Amino acid sequence: MRRLVVLVPTLVIVSVLIFSLQKLLPGDAATALAGEEGDTAAVAAIRAKYHLDRPVTVQYAIWVGKIVRGDFGDSLRSRIPVADLIVSKLPVTVELATCSMLIALALGVPAGVLSATRQGRPLDVAANFVALSGLSVPHFWLGIMLILLFAVQLGWLPASGYVPPWDDWRRNLTTILLPSIVLGTGVAGVMMRHARSAMLQTLGADYVRTARAKSVPERLVVLKHALRNALIPVITLGAIEFGRLLSGAVLTEQIFAIPGFGKLLVDGVFNRDYAVVQAVVLVSALCYLLLNLLADILYFVADPRLRGSS
Amino acid sequence: MSDARRYLTVKKLARRPMVVAAAAVVGAFVLVALAAPQLAPFDPVAPNLLAMRKPPSAVHRLGTDEVGRDVLSRLIWGARASLLAGVIPVSLAVALSIPLGLLSGYAGGWLDGVIMRVTDAMLSIPFLIVAIALAAFLGPSLTNAMLAIGIAALPTFLRLARGTVLAIKTEEYVEAARALGCSRPRVAGRHILPNMLPPLLVQSSITVAAAIIAEASLSFLGLGQQPPAPSWGSMLNAAQRYLSQAPWMALYPGLAIFCIVMAVNVLGDGLRDALDPRQQ
Repeated sequence: MRRLVVLVPTLVIVSVLIFSLQKLLPGDAATALAGEEGDTAAVAAIRAKYHLDRPVTVQYAIWVGKIVRGDFGDSLRSRIPVADLIVSKLPVTVELATCSMLIALALGVPAGVLSATRQGRPLDVAANFVALSGLSVPHFWLGIMLILLFAVQLGWLPASGYVPPWDDWRRNLTTILLPSIVLGTGVAGVMMRHARSAMLQTLGADYVRTARAKSVPERLVVLKHALRNALIPVITLGAIEFGRLLSGAVLTEQIFAIPGFGKLLVDGVFNRDYAVVQAVVLVSALCYLLLNLLADILYFVADPRLRGSS
Repeated sequence: MSDARRYLTVKKLARRPMVVAAAAVVGAFVLVALAAPQLAPFDPVAPNLLAMRKPPSAVHRLGTDEVGRDVLSRLIWGARASLLAGVIPVSLAVALSIPLGLLSGYAGGWLDGVIMRVTDAMLSIPFLIVAIALAAFLGPSLTNAMLAIGIAALPTFLRLARGTVLAIKTEEYVEAARALGCSRPRVAGRHILPNMLPPLLVQSSITVAAAIIAEASLSFLGLGQQPPAPSWGSMLNAAQRYLSQAPWMALYPGLAIFCIVMAVNVLGDGLRDALDPRQQ
């Protein structure tokens, strides 16, 4: 509950920061919003529409008041309400982030466990190297290379595009696979390093030593005693990383022409559709804060010691 | 950092072959960036319509791009933009975070509350989204991209700087300095500031890698280095349209980003292990 209360002032400051972005526009904001072709009448209309002729505090109050009611304004380009655009694009990115997270968990956690149980051996060194590579590779380049290999050279998968799962789930899987691999490999590196670190900590704990002293088979010691506890920080990290995936999809969606939340931001930037940009940044921050809150709740639920102490 | 500690850190780093190799890679990239005018075999921006999209050959070792420019020359000149974009935003973030972190952590009170709430708010907006939004509103250019990346990186440094100050100000040597009558600015400048630097240095090495990728991402989107000036990100952007005809256009800039980021990450990991024994 305390965390929820803290969320409110943070969101208020986020909204102030995002509102201030508009003030960064070089020159007069109304002229910038009207674009190069905007004549005096258009500039005046925009000034009146966005209340740019009123004090900044009043402008902010009007802007935030509309947002609280779910009104993010209209897209300058398509004239569609920005809220509708977000509602239509967000599920695509959520699907992409979910598939990426599944790949990251499937690769990262077993690699972290194997690496920790073979600390200092060649497998550990190799796993660490692969994880660091996953963190270092620019994902948009990895995406381009995967398109080159699997779409251009081999012709196995489509180079770009998106088919919703309710239209054709098989084609949906083929369109979402490459982008999910691109995003998932980066998070897998983070997951692997955290899983390894958490496993090393739990493998050195007293209860693990006790289990070994009782001749519990090593497999059971690792999977039942150590892994269950090591997974607690990994689960919470997963929630935070999911938030990062929602925003990290910007370039991946651009490369694979996936009409998601990230592409909406990039299109908004290029069309100078500032209402869209502001709304996407605000919703990203909200998602990120809520997922951080979820991470805290998961930590609390998963670790009985925390419940005991509270 | 004292001379003895610096010596020990360098000694620890020198014992790890991966870190030494990473330092050599970073050093090589820095040399290439500095000596770009001497090393680049061709003009990186002059088009040559007779040599459009030529595969790697003895003349053009890494091939040519869509308007016949030498990929190797553009790669060499592009190292400048990437390395500058790695170092300048991080320097900006460190330079701002030190006084603000000192103020927040040492002075405390309402000022600390305000600075931390703003930091929390900035941290809640993902790094790349902040950088893209700022670059979009400031206008596309390498300078604005670096400014955007620096501002996006600031909250992480600020939080770290403040946390370090909070930890240091309870140390006995700080209390001893205060007991001896040192003024608050002197305690902050002479006793707290030098001890804040090691964690900031470790964070800087990690953030340089993130900043290089962020600049490449912004340039890839057209929000960073503007054509025809070379940058690895903008080279990848152009390459995307010619994947089947000229794959070399996409291969080498990406490899360059990967190599430098990997080397900086290995160096960062090494520095963290050498400066913070708890991480080992």
